Amino acid sequence: MNALPRIDRTLTPGQMRNLKLRNLAIGLAVGFLAVLFYVITIVKVGPGVFQPMP
Amino acid sequence: MSLVTQENPIAGVAVPAEYAAGPREFFSLMKPRVMSLVILTALAGILIAPGHVHPVIGFASLLAISIGAGAAGALNMWWDADIDVLMARTRLRAVPSGMIPAGEALYFGVTLAFLAVLTLAAAANFQSAALLAFTIFFYVVIYTMWLKRLTPQNIVIGGAAGALPPVVGCAAVSGSVTLDSLWLFAIIFVWTPPHFWALALVKSRDYERAGVPMMPNAKGAARTRLEILIYSLLLAPLGVAPWLVGMAGALYAAASIVLGAMLLWLAARVYLTRDGANANKVCMQLFGFTILYLFVLFGLLVFERGFGLFARWGL
Repeated sequence: MNALPRIDRTLTPGQMRNLKLRNLAIGLAVGFLAVLFYVITIVKVGPGVFQPMP
Repeated sequence: MSLVTQENPIAGVAVPAEYAAGPREFFSLMKPRVMSLVILTALAGILIAPGHVHPVIGFASLLAISIGAGAAGALNMWWDADIDVLMARTRLRAVPSGMIPAGEALYFGVTLAFLAVLTLAAAANFQSAALLAFTIFFYVVIYTMWLKRLTPQNIVIGGAAGALPPVVGCAAVSGSVTLDSLWLFAIIFVWTPPHFWALALVKSRDYERAGVPMMPNAKGAARTRLEILIYSLLLAPLGVAPWLVGMAGALYAAASIVLGAMLLWLAARVYLTRDGANANKVCMQLFGFTILYLFVLFGLLVFERGFGLFARWGL
């Protein structure tokens, strides 16, 4: 199988900064969603979710 | 940062050669100013709904509705990039200016739409999630893709999408569409034509260049001024309706009567001032005032309901 040709691309400092900011924003959004869904679950199921099954 | 610039193939303006879009540009795709209005009107819908809502569920619902509105805005910018570039008001938006490739705006909008509907279904109920999905569909497919370039009634019918957030908010709490939420829907629905047509009268050349059949360039300025007056005559009493049906208190009543009278005065001025340097100025005054009108009415509704003034003092 032939290897794909290698593409060399150097990012400028501006591109790098924007890329990092975008990655950070996506990471924060995903983290926030995870916390939000966790809290929603607790609110909907109630504190009983922490009680051990009889 | 690179200082090298290249010719943007769409806009014909110089943009940085580097990939210029950061989080701020993506956020601008969501039309933040429209989102702020959606947040306020959806919050009013949540607060007028019968029954109690847990603050976390209320917050998550409001967030989902506003993100849904943002998704619709991003998809609108993706589809409309070809005409946005032709209009002075919109040519610097992120897609037509070349800051964000159209395909990325599409992925961004679709992702946000799915997340918003999913979050509302998880936080509130399927009824409100279905309504939110319908709202996004209506705005993107019915209004943006179909009606906007087809008929001067585009913003009249398309206005239904902008009027739905309070209905979605109410459904998130109650699980159904209540009569009270339909009053709020009606206010925003009737508010939309005078709001947009006041601007369209000033920007009619822009719309004409882009081939968008807005009322002023499709039916003429005189007909537009008459229709603005007619819709304002409908809106002024409709704005008082939440108080008349017992949904709002005295503060709201006083404001809606005063603002309604001011709206009619401005609409009459737009109708009468047809030529000269003052004509555009009066139109822009009405355009600005309609924004204030909606913000104040829904703001007072939220204030009265949110702070318990309505229940506590029967205001």
